[in-house]
Amino acid sequence: MELYFFLFFAIVAVASSVAMILQRNPIYCVLLLIMVMISIAGLYLMLDAQFVAIIQIVVYAGAIMVLFLFVIMLLNLSREEGGVFRIQKPLAVLLAALLFLPVAAMVMSYAGGGTTPPADGGGAGFGEVEQIGTLLFTKYLLPVEIAAVLLLIAIVGAVVLTRKGTVSVGE
Amino acid sequence: MIPVTYYLVLSAVLFLVGATGVLIRRNAIIVLMGIELMLNGANLSFVAFARQFGMVDGHIYVFLVITVAAAEVAIGLALVILLFRNRGTVNIDEVRSLRW
Amino acid sequence: MVVDPMILEGAIALVKIGILLGVVFTTVAYLTFMERRVSALIQDRLGPNRVGPMGLLQPLADGIKFMWKEEFIPASADRKLFAIAPALILVPALLIFAVIPVGGEVTIPAFTLFGLQIQETTTTLQIIDLNVGILYILGMTSIAVYGIALGGWSANNKFTLLGGIRSSAQMISYELSLGLSIVGILMLTGSLQMSKIVAAQDTFFEWFIFRQPLAFVIFVIAAFAENNRLPFDLVECEQELVGGYHTEYSSMRFSMFMISEYASMVAASALMATLFFGGWHMPFEDQVGPGLVTLYQVAGFLLKTGFFLFVYIWVRWSLPRFRYDQLMAIGWKVLLPLALLNVVITGIWMLV
Repeated sequence: MELYFFLFFAIVAVASSVAMILQRNPIYCVLLLIMVMISIAGLYLMLDAQFVAIIQIVVYAGAIMVLFLFVIMLLNLSREEGGVFRIQKPLAVLLAALLFLPVAAMVMSYAGGGTTPPADGGGAGFGEVEQIGTLLFTKYLLPVEIAAVLLLIAIVGAVVLTRKGTVSVGE
Repeated sequence: MIPVTYYLVLSAVLFLVGATGVLIRRNAIIVLMGIELMLNGANLSFVAFARQFGMVDGHIYVFLVITVAAAEVAIGLALVILLFRNRGTVNIDEVRSLRW
Repeated sequence: MVVDPMILEGAIALVKIGILLGVVFTTVAYLTFMERRVSALIQDRLGPNRVGPMGLLQPLADGIKFMWKEEFIPASADRKLFAIAPALILVPALLIFAVIPVGGEVTIPAFTLFGLQIQETTTTLQIIDLNVGILYILGMTSIAVYGIALGGWSANNKFTLLGGIRSSAQMISYELSLGLSIVGILMLTGSLQMSKIVAAQDTFFEWFIFRQPLAFVIFVIAAFAENNRLPFDLVECEQELVGGYHTEYSSMRFSMFMISEYASMVAASALMATLFFGGWHMPFEDQVGPGLVTLYQVAGFLLKTGFFLFVYIWVRWSLPRFRYDQLMAIGWKVLLPLALLNVVITGIWMLV
């Protein structure tokens, strides 16, 4: 039963991600990537990670992808045509195939791969908000603070970059 | 339960598809989306390992990766808008001049 | 034959979903009727009163009319997206209801149906009590943006595109205030679970309206903006944008936009009742007989929800629309700092 759920989400994720990189219409690309995000959220739920799954939907599908959609609509981008750089496609596929080797080696080298995780997980409350919150504000306090500062920098940076008339790039 | 290898293979596949997307596409926005896909692939293995070892720390990393991805997208899309405003294109191969 | 408990549980869940959907769709249908009658009352008119007694069959007539209208798709529209956009907005609006608790526990006595023996079972009047209930609701509201944005974009019309872009900007901006206004409640409850939030308000003076009045004001304003209702309905804005994101829609697809707008209004009203007005808890619960207490609680919950639906309509026909820059200024410069202030005040109050 669980395997069927896994296969369903995995096939949806892989099929939509492949369709995404082949799709010429940017709006469809965004929608396909949202499909990938949502099926990954489903996999997170199967791994007892409720909080991460819902954060995936709220932040990724609900905020980040809306930003993409927004920019594509604003710039009114149409379909992509053939590029200046002729050998890009074959070269890209070749490089990706080369990248396949180390990634495959890494997956294969993991010794505990065949074992299944313990059925009861990490005990009661695994992956729930209380546990994650406690860790975030004790053990991982410094990374969280740094991430907060990073977000602030990103906000200020985005505003400064897109302000009209104040930034002059090569004019 | 499903063996953790299944999740690892899936996350590797998603990572590679994302990487291919980054290399194969010319539209800067789609390239950014390919990077998001790669991050998602990595996140999946974090969560799978968190379940395997019964440690929530993996979830924290996913949390931080999502935060960084949000920051990256904000800046990346601001740059794309700037690029479009100045050059009238978002295709990365048409932006070849180092200065003008 | 005795029914397997797991199958029984599934069957009860299906029955609950069926009842809930029925109630929501009926409420939506009569909400349109109520909107027209109340607007008529406010403007000193009569409103629709010809179909059936007091016009009560008007929603049915409207529905039949919608179905027989011609389905028109603009030639330059993106047909696929144009077709799925209404579903993309309706489904999240309905999914919100899955975590809203309508009442407490009820016990179904054992009985026999078509030779199947059904044991005595206890169930709560809530479809699923997620551990991350509140975040789930925020997730669904954020997914709803796509329906409007894509509906506006796919019609390939500048009015609909403007409506769609306005709506996505507006919804993202107000979602922040909406989420932050609830944080105070979560701090006091110590849980994101809807059943625990309701359980924290079991006596009258523990209702969060008394403990979190500022949060309630922020929540109501943000919810109005999320639902694109007046005074924040710049998304539709007849005078500027013809009809906004659904200008090009007709027939059942148009009615799906309308249904989802009203369904999310019902969801927001139910949330206001759940989060701030004690959910299904009512004053003087212990003085009602044990057989009637669940009925009293559910009726009380529906009454509270109905009151907020009335407030929605009342506000719509009383207030003028904001300008777009005013809307953004309120969201970012007033509501967001106030919501943060509310979090700080709640924190101080909890420590002292």
